[in-house]
Amino acid sequence: MPGILQIAYKLLINDRAKFAALLVGITFAVFLMIEMTSLFAGILNRSSSTVINIGASVWVMDPAVQTVANTIPLPDYVLDEVRSVPGVKYAVPLYSGGALLKLRDGTYQAANVVGLDDTSLFGRPQMLAGNIKDIFAENAFIAIKDAEFYKLENPRIGTEFELNDHRGVIVGIARVASSALFGVPTLYTTYSRALQYIPNSRFTMSYLLVEPKSPADVAVIKARVTAAGYLALTRDEFVQKISDFYMYKTGIGTNMMLMTLISFIVGLSISGQTFYTFILENIDKFGALKAIGAKGQELIAMILFQATFVALTGYGLGVGLCATLIWIARSHLPDYAAMITFANLATAFVMVVIIAAISSYVGVRKVLRIEPFDIFRG
Amino acid sequence: MATTAILAQGINKWFGEEPVRTHAVKDVSFEARFGEMVYVVGPSGSGKTTMLSMISGILRPSSGTVRIEGADIWNLSSDALAEFRLKRIGFVFQDYHLFPRLTTAENVAIPLILQHREWNAAVEEAERNLEIVGLKDRAQLPPVKLSGGEQQRVAIARAIVSRPDILILDEPTASLDGDTGRNILHFVREQLLTDKRCIVIVTHDARIYEFADRIMRMEDGRIADVERSQLDA
Repeated sequence: MPGILQIAYKLLINDRAKFAALLVGITFAVFLMIEMTSLFAGILNRSSSTVINIGASVWVMDPAVQTVANTIPLPDYVLDEVRSVPGVKYAVPLYSGGALLKLRDGTYQAANVVGLDDTSLFGRPQMLAGNIKDIFAENAFIAIKDAEFYKLENPRIGTEFELNDHRGVIVGIARVASSALFGVPTLYTTYSRALQYIPNSRFTMSYLLVEPKSPADVAVIKARVTAAGYLALTRDEFVQKISDFYMYKTGIGTNMMLMTLISFIVGLSISGQTFYTFILENIDKFGALKAIGAKGQELIAMILFQATFVALTGYGLGVGLCATLIWIARSHLPDYAAMITFANLATAFVMVVIIAAISSYVGVRKVLRIEPFDIFRG
Repeated sequence: MATTAILAQGINKWFGEEPVRTHAVKDVSFEARFGEMVYVVGPSGSGKTTMLSMISGILRPSSGTVRIEGADIWNLSSDALAEFRLKRIGFVFQDYHLFPRLTTAENVAIPLILQHREWNAAVEEAERNLEIVGLKDRAQLPPVKLSGGEQQRVAIARAIVSRPDILILDEPTASLDGDTGRNILHFVREQLLTDKRCIVIVTHDARIYEFADRIMRMEDGRIADVERSQLDA
């Protein structure tokens, strides 16, 4: 490390009170920013859980659909229309809807019911206990062991419940990649049983799941579906559509962005103010360095180094603190939806860089303005 | 005859703009030679610190020239002038301006570090200079643990560490008691003044006048008179 930076380093870390205050400011800001954006990422991830868990390449739906839970049933002819498109390898129906279960102790519990295509069972979950073929048994349902599993009274194979006066039996326990957003447990069954158990409107298919023969066929499929008056989206497009809905049409996104902005302002205020005070307290020393013969760019390098060092150290501590707390929260609160993504980390990093840049800009301006003559005048 | 170290001719300094413009230094000419200890004395506000700043490359004069060993320092670029100060001029500030977060040795090493000397080598050299000023055993202490006189000597060690040929001391005894001040000046005179070094001291402490070769008295921005010191008598 060049000597001038070593001086800057020692000036910084040997002033323990200021250094601690700077680190607390940055760490707290990073923690809040990552926590807020992680919560939002977790909510968005869960809001698309059915899309992620089923895993179909192309989803066909009514154009008015905004989220995967907000289904608008499709008429049967759409299935025939889609299957007739040359680029379609196969297309199957999916049922997704809500139901009210009556558990063994007599209490009622809302649940998501996913009805898989009877012939292919496309989108089947990964079995933890039982056999997927048992889904064809009488009254059979598979319970998903996610954060909401306990709300079904931790069922085992053979556990019974009622659904619209129909008897239901758990024939398997399975897991999926992502838990649902709204805190209700999920049951999988066949498409035909879902229609049989749950009251429906005239049309019954929630979505059509399509597998194209090749990626190039997606555009043709989308065009044909659009021409038929419906909407075909790839998995990523559907996830994005759901994210956009929650981000821009529910207020959740706005609130999260505001909280993130407030975190940024809090961090900037604490760190900027503390760094400015640090510079002010050392201003005569910087002036003395200037008088002795330090060049302007060397003083700028010192301040940039100090701001960068604090920013990166605080960033690391903030990320570590946030990851630790999310890990602890997840292990104690099954419904806790927070997910640290690279985008969260990058956002926080950019904001920390901005905090460091603004703090050091103020410091640099102050230091460059000090005249060595002022040191002589005392 | 000793060669000229500093030659200032017709320097003026104005501060501010009309109607509150102040003429702080008025057409002052000044010469200091190697092997000589020159005092600039006078009451507060007489312009002595302003003149000292101009002859040491800190404050640009409004007019006039300042030559150090023949080189017009105010014709240098700001970076070249900073480099010139770093290598050729040692400063002892009135308030010392030591870094409380660095050790005494690290404080002394600063001019060497600014000259891109390797850290450990610079600190070792600084410790040798602390030995010269009698503070080797204080090398690892922070300056705040030292007395005023010791801090003054640390500031002197920092000023001489890069072997400058001009030493500028601003009110070196202002914060010291009489005996300590005299000891410091005695040390400066006996240990630091050589044929190849010129020392300029700004002071209004009459108790240390006896160490000067020449005393230039400033009043109202002008040099009122120059007197030979008792040393020549």
